[in-house]
Amino acid sequence: MTKVSGYIVGFLLSILLTLMAAGLALQYGKSYEPLMGPGVMYAMLVVLAVLQLLVQLYFFLHLGEEKKPRWNALALCFALMVVAILVGGTLWIMHNLSHGQMAQLPFIEGAITPQASND
Amino acid sequence: MNHNDHTTGKVTFGFWVYLMSDCVLFAALFATYAVLHTATFGGLAAGDIVDLPYVLWETLLLLASSFTVGLALLLSYKGKKGATLIALAATLVLGLGFLALEVNEFVHLIEEGAGPDRSAFLSSFFTLLGVHGAHVAGGVLWMLVLMAHVAARGLSAGTTRKLACLALFWHFLDIIWIFIFTFVYLFATI
Repeated sequence: MTKVSGYIVGFLLSILLTLMAAGLALQYGKSYEPLMGPGVMYAMLVVLAVLQLLVQLYFFLHLGEEKKPRWNALALCFALMVVAILVGGTLWIMHNLSHGQMAQLPFIEGAITPQASND
Repeated sequence: MNHNDHTTGKVTFGFWVYLMSDCVLFAALFATYAVLHTATFGGLAAGDIVDLPYVLWETLLLLASSFTVGLALLLSYKGKKGATLIALAATLVLGLGFLALEVNEFVHLIEEGAGPDRSAFLSSFFTLLGVHGAHVAGGVLWMLVLMAHVAARGLSAGTTRKLACLALFWHFLDIIWIFIFTFVYLFATI
């Protein structure tokens, strides 16, 4: 069965990853420009979060010790797929919608302003 | 014993499937937050309300509680009733500490006029954090009931099975928090 050493390693790694992410944000949050663009900062923080997810799945949820067939891992993969479709799809369609609205903005302004002044 | 192992496997798998569906619920709330986080309607923005050292304490409290609940489960496997209860009590205190910090943060925001009714951003912020906090509060109640259960009936196959589910739930909430910490709090400082 599982051992206490696994929990200790998982705990210490999680603290380390949390402090690294917080340190990164505190240190370079407002002054990343000389070093890197905001995209790099976002990417680094996401990588640290995903690493901590993997650490906790392995050391706390013991996903690595599961015997075949790995139903828990399979359910997780399915959930991650739904999450990716849900979040990715939402951002995609809302981004497109706001682009559509931006394109119509001059037209809407032109249509509304004269009406408002007539009132 | 063999029968019990089999039941435990089925129960924890069923509980795991519930957690995965909960994961989808949180994904919807994260997506909502991602879409609305710039819609501040002239009010406070994410960058204005984040106090990173404060949130770091919340994070560390929850992480420590995730560790102690794991210890409680290990101790229950070894049949150490008293030690299991102590580890659960430690988890309870850490979890309540997390909740106290979060409620304090909410009260401050509402007092500053940055309540959930102020803007779409704040609505999504309070919804995402509130649903997570409600899960933690539910976990705290569950833990109290389970502690009474273990204290009264000892560590049977039934109580350790319930404890295994609670530990899964609690670890899951900490994993959700990693992403709240990253996407809501850390991203706001950039």
